[in-house]
Amino acid sequence: MPKITIDGIDFDAPRGWTILDVAKFLGIEIPTLCYHEGLSPWGGCRLCLVEIQEGENTKLVTSCTYPVRERLVVRTATKRVVEARKLILELMIAQCPTSKVLQDLAAKMGLERVRFKPKWEDCIYCGLCVRICEEQMMAKAIGFVDRGNKLKITTPFDKASEECRRCGACLYICPACTLRCEGPEPENVLCGRCYNELQPTCLDFYDNYTCWMGLKGECGTCIREKPEEKKEGQK
Amino acid sequence: MPKLSSLDEFESFQKKIKESRDPKKVVISISSGTCGRTRGSAKVVEAFKQAIISCKDKLSIRVTGCHGFCDAEPNVIIFPEEIFYKNLKPKDVTEIVESTLKGEIIDNLVVSQNEEKFVHVSEIPFYKNQMRIILGNNPLIDPTNIEDYIAVGGYGALDKALKMKPEEIIKEIKCSGLRGRGGAGFQTGKKWEITRKQKGDVKYIICNADEGDPGAYMDRSLLEGNPHSVIEGMIISAYSIGANEGWIYVRNEYPLAIKHVTIAIEQAKELGLSGKNILGLEFNFDIKVVKGAGAFICGEETALIHSIEGLRGVPRQRPPFPAEQGLFGKPTNINNVETYANVPQIIKRGADWFASIGTKTSKGTKIFSLVGKVKNTGLIEVPMGMTLREVIFDVGGGSFNGKRIKAVQTGGPSGGCIPLELFDLPVDYESLTNAGSIMGSGGMIVMDEDTCMVDIAKYFANFLQDESCGKCVPCREGIWHMFQILADITEGKGKEEDLQLLEELGNVIKATSLCGLGQTAPNGVLSSIKYFKDEYFAHIRDKKCPAGVCKPLIEYTIDAEKCTGCGLCKKNCPADAIVGELKEPHSITQDGCIKCGICHDVCKYGAVTIS
Repeated sequence: MPKITIDGIDFDAPRGWTILDVAKFLGIEIPTLCYHEGLSPWGGCRLCLVEIQEGENTKLVTSCTYPVRERLVVRTATKRVVEARKLILELMIAQCPTSKVLQDLAAKMGLERVRFKPKWEDCIYCGLCVRICEEQMMAKAIGFVDRGNKLKITTPFDKASEECRRCGACLYICPACTLRCEGPEPENVLCGRCYNELQPTCLDFYDNYTCWMGLKGECGTCIREKPEEKKEGQK
Repeated sequence: MPKLSSLDEFESFQKKIKESRDPKKVVISISSGTCGRTRGSAKVVEAFKQAIISCKDKLSIRVTGCHGFCDAEPNVIIFPEEIFYKNLKPKDVTEIVESTLKGEIIDNLVVSQNEEKFVHVSEIPFYKNQMRIILGNNPLIDPTNIEDYIAVGGYGALDKALKMKPEEIIKEIKCSGLRGRGGAGFQTGKKWEITRKQKGDVKYIICNADEGDPGAYMDRSLLEGNPHSVIEGMIISAYSIGANEGWIYVRNEYPLAIKHVTIAIEQAKELGLSGKNILGLEFNFDIKVVKGAGAFICGEETALIHSIEGLRGVPRQRPPFPAEQGLFGKPTNINNVETYANVPQIIKRGADWFASIGTKTSKGTKIFSLVGKVKNTGLIEVPMGMTLREVIFDVGGGSFNGKRIKAVQTGGPSGGCIPLELFDLPVDYESLTNAGSIMGSGGMIVMDEDTCMVDIAKYFANFLQDESCGKCVPCREGIWHMFQILADITEGKGKEEDLQLLEELGNVIKATSLCGLGQTAPNGVLSSIKYFKDEYFAHIRDKKCPAGVCKPLIEYTIDAEKCTGCGLCKKNCPADAIVGELKEPHSITQDGCIKCGICHDVCKYGAVTIS
């Protein structure tokens, strides 16, 4: 088994695992988008980038496609990695601001602005639908057409496909079209409202507020230090 | 043709061909590659065929591939004296034949530079400063005739290699220091060794001839002019790796290359140099030609492999490298056309000879297509380590119209622009990379003060965003936004912070893209910002284009003093924006002007100025 070091943790990784497999096993969080456990790795969205050591230099590679090898040294959250992920997410949000999955990711990663002209497209070309159709549904009813900025996902010749059984797997797996975000506006395409509002809010007093889970502080998320004094201060 | 069934038979066959050739016989070699044909070489060839009917015993003609000197096409080289005649028309042919028979030289057809005349190939400055190891045989070979190739020593390297052990061949290639000529510059010998060491009986060889860079045609010229050298290299590679099948992936836009290489493969097979039991040995190797469908990205090795497999031509993440898992999942050695063409030379003349040419890290010669604002455009072959100044001013002859050359772009659309101040840079893999450009497959575009660097960066960004396969986000979206920002700048809508954003975006695209296309795509933009920042500032701050290229930022005016009132501009203006009476100075109404530039081009007195 190849010995690898990931974020300072030494690990004997089983042969054939990718860096992402190891990170998941160890509970190290790496954001992903075009990756799905049941499908072959694609390496298109580039969000799962990690930094690996190569000789005297380091290099950014996608963890979902990179197989572990002997003495591999990986860092998953260096400044370079985080900045690259943010810019890539910025590009993706500019392309499809109405994807809730992307907006949530942006809020989570702390993306503050989008400097590119939004394109308001409906698809982010992650290829999940194409792969699920081919690999799990054995249909190959849809595929990529054309290239570059004219790329699209469709049935052959844009005609209704005889291979399509209307199973809906493509819709089920799509991170862009099923969950729509209504928040983005032309001036600022970032929304992130859902993600921010649905987080445990950690109030240190509850009387006038309703916990988002309907609890009264039993979960232990909130700090309960001297509630009386805080209450007075608030008033 | 006889089928040769042993190494001895080949050697005696080669000897017989060499003896049958008279080195003193007068042969007119006509350059007729695709480039020559577009400039009318086919008609010249026809005229020669007619003209020599009466004197067939005294001289013969040979229709060959490109001789490299594009500016002189269609041209001929008359052997054995190697007299060079340029820019021929069918009407010149009779005169050439007659004077050749008399042993005279036609003065007005020879190359002249600065009022000096050069009769022989070895005197012409364009050829004199080159080292044409690989291209040098083009004028000696009719590509559709295998005997021509054998007569110049062709397949001798294969004969020698088949007497060696595969490991010895790999060692020889490794010692020579040959590096991949496709651009990345990986050690060829090492690649062969890795492929050889892979387990399994089935291995493949691929020759990458999907040359898509605008303005680059090294591979085309080799396949058209000397296809057997590539095939010989492939057979040697297959023998040393243990492969039995090979593919040549040629783009469909090269019909003549496809034709010649297909003929060459058939002839080699007929002669027993490829196919089953090559020269009677237990070694089979078949070569197939695959035509590309017009995607630039298929020059990337993994995309090319997908394309041969019949899949969509998109790259995949490496590792595993093709040497481990390539075509149909089998170990595959994939090299560029020029790399394979180098192999027979190394085997024939030895690794030490090859390693003595070039610099410490880059050995041998490199073919470049030298184009743009230079006097002698063409296909050149120079030893590695020659400086850019020598290439552009000695071989290229400097500026074609006396204007100041300001930069050169190397390595095709993904290369960077290197400014005049760095022209003492030796041309090798490392130096070019350090300067922010790449060796690439060998494009070299020279620019002068009439070239706007922002416009050039925009042009290449547009090319690349169009040719990106669209699989990964930084390449597909990043280059598109890069193009949009550059387009804004050239239209005078740029902001100062755009430069910083371009640099940030460029660096991320370089570091995070999936394949070589994205990883090198921002070079043009980043290097032009690095070396020509003042031009960007002129566009952004002053809303001016110093080179007078970006239409929204320029204005055409007529200099009343120079204008003679001939009315030519007025007659040609498609927008009727020029007013003025005959023999009176004209003027342009700016509201109606569409900035097409026709008035500037047609004016004989230089009265139309750009500001």
